[in-house]
Amino acid sequence: MKHRMVIAVLSLAGFFVSLYLWLWKVGFLGTIACGDGGCETVQLSEYAEFFGFSVAFLGMVGYMVLMAVSLAGLQPHWAARREPTLLLVALAGIGVIFSAYLTYLEAAVIHAWCRWCIVSAVLIVAIFVVGATALIRARTSNIQHPTSNTHP
Amino acid sequence: MAQTMNLKMFYFAFVALAVIGVGAIWMARGGGGEPVEVGPVPVNASAFPGYVMGSDSAPVEIVEYADFGCSACAYFAVLTGTDMKNRLVNAGRVRWRFRDFVGPSHPNSLDAHLAAACAGEQGQFWAMHDQIMFNQQRWARDRRPDRAFRDYAAAIGIDVSQFDNCVDEQRPIPQLQASRQEGIDIGISATPSFVIGGRLHVGAMSYDSLVVLVERAEAAARQ
Repeated sequence: MKHRMVIAVLSLAGFFVSLYLWLWKVGFLGTIACGDGGCETVQLSEYAEFFGFSVAFLGMVGYMVLMAVSLAGLQPHWAARREPTLLLVALAGIGVIFSAYLTYLEAAVIHAWCRWCIVSAVLIVAIFVVGATALIRARTSNIQHPTSNTHP
Repeated sequence: MAQTMNLKMFYFAFVALAVIGVGAIWMARGGGGEPVEVGPVPVNASAFPGYVMGSDSAPVEIVEYADFGCSACAYFAVLTGTDMKNRLVNAGRVRWRFRDFVGPSHPNSLDAHLAAACAGEQGQFWAMHDQIMFNQQRWARDRRPDRAFRDYAAAIGIDVSQFDNCVDEQRPIPQLQASRQEGIDIGISATPSFVIGGRLHVGAMSYDSLVVLVERAEAAARQ
């Protein structure tokens, strides 16, 4: 259960990071707090769009889904089941791959670093690690005590 | 029982964090980094000066460096540009100068700038600007964007054969290159960028944010 709480909080943080970048992009926020201008360069590049959607917007949606799954996983009906954690790890895994691709673009193609994007990348990796660790622990626990606990 | 208590505490903390997050975003409106001083934008009399809307006597000039292919430029045009035109430019407070800043990375962007410039040859740059910006989703990744631009040319009532001739000959290319170079010379690296009262602002902005910057520039102009 605890890992789902942690993931919910991390997803909330990721949602606000994405929201901040998206609101800046559509012009709701005046200037972006970024330091060296890298956020502007990255966010205004063609790579900030993915199949016609703003990457920041996709991030918002992704974190919202993670948040919804983790909160649903805290409900009594799902609390003892492992499916929500499996889904969280699978979704976060997609997020990690996408973040790795975006980080590669920053380093090798755009040649600028967006600090908020790096924060988001760290958050999605953390979500993946927390979820995966919970799954591994549950599996180890099941092997050691096969009858005492069948859920993460 | 203990687990229910833990869950309640978690929900309380979660909602508190959400409220803090919303507050932080709200506080960030108009905040963030400081704009860069760039001084007056040099307008080379012998070079192409860009497209101008508004009165010569307007106290503030907004120079926009934009790429028709950039989505943030379209956001600005759609969400802020119309208000800016109706409430600032038409009111005589602002003169809007559009400078082409064609980036290398947006597909079809050069074609869009050519189309706008060719409409400009017939005195209809701004009408084509609006068509291109408001319909960016249609042409931005189209394999044949020229069809969309021809439709827009017909819609705004210009001579389409003359427009085709201009596009085919790529007559505006030198002015597009010169405009981009002038932008680079004053430090433009991303679009949209705005020079308002000698300060460079990067990224789209809301009408409310824009008005604040215009009021500052008006106050500076009065001194």
